[in-house]
Formats: sequence, C-alpha cells, structure tokens
Amino acid sequence: MSAKAEIEIIERYCKGCAICAEFCPTKVLEMDAFVVKVANADACIACNQCELRCPDFAIKVHKL
Amino acid sequence: MAYDYEKSIRPGKLPHIWCPGCGHGIVMKGLIRAMDTCGLEKNNTALVSGIGCASRLPGYMDFCTLHTAHGRAAAFATGVKMSKPEMTVICCGGDGDGTAIGGNHFIHACRRNIDMTYVLLNNHIYGMTGGQFSPCTPTDAKASTTPYGNPDPTFDISKLAIGAGATFVARTTAFHATQIDKLIAEGIKHKGMSVIEVVDDCPTTYGRRNKFRSVVDMMKVLKETAVPVAAAAKMSAEQLEGKILTGVLYKEDKPEYCEQYKKIIDRVQGA
Amino acid sequence: MAKKVALLQGNTACALGAVYAGCTFFGGYPITPSTEVAEVMSEELPKVGGKFIQMEDEIAAMASVIGASLTGAKALTATSGPGVSLKQELIGYACIAETPCVIINVMRGGPSTGMPTGPGQSDVMQARWGTHGDHAAIAVCPESCQEIFTETVRAFNLAEKYRMPVQVLFDEIVGHMRERIEFPEPGELEVIDRAAPTCAPEDYKPYDAKSDTDVPPLAAFGSEYRFHVTGLNKAADGFPTTKAELVDFEERRQIAKVECEAARADIESNEEYKCDDADVIILAYGSSARSARYAVNELREEGIKAGLFRPITLWPFPEKRVAELGKQAKAIVVPEMNLGQMIFEVERIVKSDCKLAGVNRVDGDPLTPGQIIDQVKEVL
Repeated sequence: MSAKAEIEIIERYCKGCAICAEFCPTKVLEMDAFVVKVANADACIACNQCELRCPDFAIKVHKL
Repeated sequence: MAYDYEKSIRPGKLPHIWCPGCGHGIVMKGLIRAMDTCGLEKNNTALVSGIGCASRLPGYMDFCTLHTAHGRAAAFATGVKMSKPEMTVICCGGDGDGTAIGGNHFIHACRRNIDMTYVLLNNHIYGMTGGQFSPCTPTDAKASTTPYGNPDPTFDISKLAIGAGATFVARTTAFHATQIDKLIAEGIKHKGMSVIEVVDDCPTTYGRRNKFRSVVDMMKVLKETAVPVAAAAKMSAEQLEGKILTGVLYKEDKPEYCEQYKKIIDRVQGA
Repeated sequence: MAKKVALLQGNTACALGAVYAGCTFFGGYPITPSTEVAEVMSEELPKVGGKFIQMEDEIAAMASVIGASLTGAKALTATSGPGVSLKQELIGYACIAETPCVIINVMRGGPSTGMPTGPGQSDVMQARWGTHGDHAAIAVCPESCQEIFTETVRAFNLAEKYRMPVQVLFDEIVGHMRERIEFPEPGELEVIDRAAPTCAPEDYKPYDAKSDTDVPPLAAFGSEYRFHVTGLNKAADGFPTTKAELVDFEERRQIAKVECEAARADIESNEEYKCDDADVIILAYGSSARSARYAVNELREEGIKAGLFRPITLWPFPEKRVAELGKQAKAIVVPEMNLGQMIFEVERIVKSDCKLAGVNRVDGDPLTPGQIIDQVKEVL
C-alpha cells in the first residue's frame, strides 16, 4: 500500500492533544511524548481528518 | 497542496493561546474555510467578539477585528453593520459571554434579524476565568463554583436563537469539522441573523472536573451524542435523550433589519 | 440675510446640533429626561441618510455607537444618570480603544432612579471618574438652549480631534426649557472631521503615536485599512501587550493627549462675568450659572463685588484660572444641584488661598439667586 498523501507536522504548533492520532482511520499517526509523529506513512488514505481536527494548525496534508 | 490557513491569519500570531485539545482551534479553521468559500474580502469583513477564550479568535484573523467587552459583541456588531451594511459582520464568542452577560444583546440581534452570523462556541463553562459554571453547564455537572454539582437548568442556545427570531439556526460540534465550515458558510450566505452553535470541549476546566480522562474522551462524547436532524426525525424521545441535534435546525426568509431601515431612509428622502 | 430662528427645547437643540456636526449614527435607549434627543434623532437622521437605532439597553446603545464610530461615522448616544452608570463600562472601552463618540447626559438627581423628572447636577464627578481605571475625560456643560446646540457641535469636534468619548452634561431644566435658537449657517461653526491615516495600508498601526501626547489617526473599518481593536492594554499595532513599558506609555499618553498644556488651551472654555475686580467669585456651571449671573447683578447693586466664573468645559477642569481667582478673591462660592461635587475640585486647586462655600440643593427645584446671595453674604 502506498501513501495517498504526505503529512507535514509543524512540531512547534503541536500541543500534543492526540485528537489526530486517535481518530485517524488507518492509524498513520502516533503520539511521541507530547508531539505527534507520522508512524505509518504508507497507510495514509488522504482523508484529511487529522488536519481538519487539529486545533493547533499543526498538521498539513499534502495530497500526492 | 494542503489547505492554506495562514493566508487568513495575521503573520506571527500562531501558535494560539488555547489549551491542548480545546476545540476552538478546530472551529477557527472551519470559520476560515467558510469565509474562504464565501469569498469574503478582508477589508470588508468585520469579526467581532466579546471576552473569554473563544473571543480571542478575531485577534488571529487578518480581517477588520473588534475584541469588545464581556458579552457585548452582538451590540457592537449591530453598530458596525447598521452603520456600514455593505460589510459582512461575523460575531464569535463563548456560551457565558453570549448567553449570560450578553444574553440580552444576543436575543435582540436575533429579534431584529440583522444580517450577521454569530458563531457561538459552546463549551459549557467559563474557561478563561478558570471554570465557573455558565448558563450552558449541564445540571449536576461540576464547575469551580458548583463544587456540589450544578443546581441550574441549562439554556438550549439554538432553541433560544430560534425563539428570539434568528432566521438561520444550525448546530454542530467541534468533532464534526467538515460540518462546521458548511454550516457557517450557509449562515454567512443567509440574509438575516444566523446563529451557528458549535458544541465544543474545554478539557482544562470542564473535562478534568467532570471525569473525562482525556481530550479524546471529550471528542468521543461529541461524536457519539450528535444526531443529524434527519436521523432524529425517525428516533423516539427515549432514543434522543441526552443527544445533540446537529445540522440546520431552522431557516426562513424574513425582512432583514438594515434593508428595512434603508426603506425608511428612501421613503423619508423621497418625500 | 436673517438667520433661521426657532423656539426649541434644549433636547431638540442638542439633536439638531448633532446633525449640524455631521452625526450620522445614533444608538439610544429611552430615559427621562433625555428621551427627546432620541426622538428628534429618529426623525432627523433618515433625512440625511444617517442611521437611528433604539437598542435593547443602555450598554447596547453605547456599544452600537462605538461600533458605528469604528466604521467612520460620527456617533451619538443620549441618556441620563442611571443610563450613564450603565454606559460607564463602554465609556472606558471608548477611552482605551480611542474611539470618538459623544454621550449626552441630561442630568437628574440620584443615586439610582432618584427623581427622573427633576433636575440635578449630580453626574459631574461621574463624568470624570465614572469608569474604572485611569483615563482622561472631556465633558462640556452648556447653560442655555443655544449653547446646547453649539456645545454639542464642539463635543463632536473634540471627540474626533482627540479620538475619545466626550460627554455633554446639561440638566433637566435646560433640556426641557424652550428658548429662542438662532441656527448657525452651514460653515459658520467649525466642524472637525476625523483625521484619516496617510500611510500605506500595510504600514498602518492604529496607536502609532509620534509623541507622548500625540493622537494617532483612526482608520475606518471597511476602508483600505484593516486593524485590530481591543479593550486590553495594547501596543502601537493595536494588539494586546503586557510589556510594562508599552502599557505605561499608552496609559500615560491617553491622559496626556487631553491634559497637556496645548490640549487644555484648545479644550478649555470658560465664561467670566465681572470677575476682574471681584472679591467673591461664584463658580457655577449649567443652569445653576443662570441663577448665579442674576445673583452677581443683585450683589453688585448692593455694593458687593461679585463675579461669575462659569466653566463651559468641566473636564479637563480649568485649574490654572481657578487657582488665579482663588488668589484674587476673598471667597469662592460654588452653587450646585448636588450635595457638593465640583466644590472639592475647586478646593483641591485653591487650597486655603480663599474661603470656600457651597450652595447645594437636591430637592428637585432649581437653585435660586436668593440662595446664592445669602451664602455669599454669609461667607464674606
């Protein structure tokens, strides 16, 4: 499976709320202490849910 | 390309002041997309707020922004709109700001059906002052001023807006991000007073006191309690107990206040 | 050409003065004894394409006025004591956000509801210190219907020039009294419009003061300038700050812009009647000054050298001239339709340079010349 989008994390904006990781339907994101990281890039289906629900403008989903 | 929020945000203003997991940022993003959809011009759009966490929203936005006094957003906005009806006027603020100290202004803006969009972020608490109960805090819930549980009944903001005369009323939650911008955009396009209630979470001052283990728990509750109006129509009263109706709750076309006043000017000047 | 004249109530003169000054927005709430100002504005504003709105309460009226002013309109509200109490929250907002507007206060007694249909001068200190926090105040106090017209025009000029709320105080007596008014021709009275910024829109800062007494130009919402307005302490760019030096500079500038010598000379306006050789000065304002002028004439006939000093601008208070008069006169008598308010300001300035006595009345009737004469004789 190949990624449908590239997820950009702006770490200095991320406050570690974990909403993005929790509601990612394909578990692309994981929490690394207080910052989210892309743990499973290939699984991304470009649904954009993480970006839409990030309260901190810390995620950009670049569709491939 | 990812959606470009920064084009609507003043340079250097991020990160914002809201706590980790506070849904206000999700609502702000929805508002930005909605304003974009409607093609609003920065110089011709006023964003007006009161006081509180949600009322800090306009400060980030690269438009004509007015951060007023506690509860007064709708009244200031009425002056802006009445004086310059060609401007698009959007209010935003919280539940305490809009329905307690600002309740009178809120209902009368609805009654006049003045062409404004009020995005009311309902997180059931006074967050900025540290978690005192608001008119929207659920009965029995804990707040810093209801240590034994909240004895007060609550306001249903959307019902209040409909009862007061708003002609477009919609509700969604911070979880339902794609619905936020759609409803706000519909509200902006609607001629008259539109109220979009976004049921929101305050993990810091509400969640912790009320046994939510995490931000995610609060978001799950928003996800699970929301019922679209169409689905609700097929559900029984028992099934709807504790649910939040989402979507467009009310819409009608009625004369708009500034247009009505313009008719008076035309009549007086023509006479 | 003969001037247009009319027999008008003070409240009507006020509304017509506002229209003369270029007022295009009125936000109000009914309250005795000021309601006629709103009534006349509701009739006159549509004629000139202006907007009248009756808001849901006094606070909302004040809010709407500030909102309208930020779009560039000359904006007015009118109320009375209890209404001003409610408006104080947002009068402070207009001070810190430096938003021009005019507030008419047709004074009655109090506290609270008091005697709504009776006259009073009980709001002179409320006009100075009513809102919380440190701030400058400009308040003018006409004594006749004609002067209500001209002072309302001047109030708009001062509001626009100094970018702040200006209060026009007159009492129920003058507000409801009918007198002959001569209407100034267009252009006869000075009308000052708001200074517009000249910089490029991207360089505009709404509080970009060039000095510690400067009044920076205010752009309008809906123009090519876009900016942020808040009631929080803010920096030159209009955004909130807690930086000590910026907060301190702005707080002090917003007072100094009104209280510096040049501004005082521009804002202060007094009438002196037979003060030159006076042994006793009657310091009176508003309708009380009418009785005081009569008293001066009576006292002079009896050989007592009395004079009337009438501050038309109450705030900033004419400190320099009152200090001089305190040194010249044996006594200053301060008649007021309250139980002593402005007398304390006079006392602060003249200290023990001369005797000081008040003449006070709060029973709903005006001060009579006889009461003032008796006090003058008593004090001398």
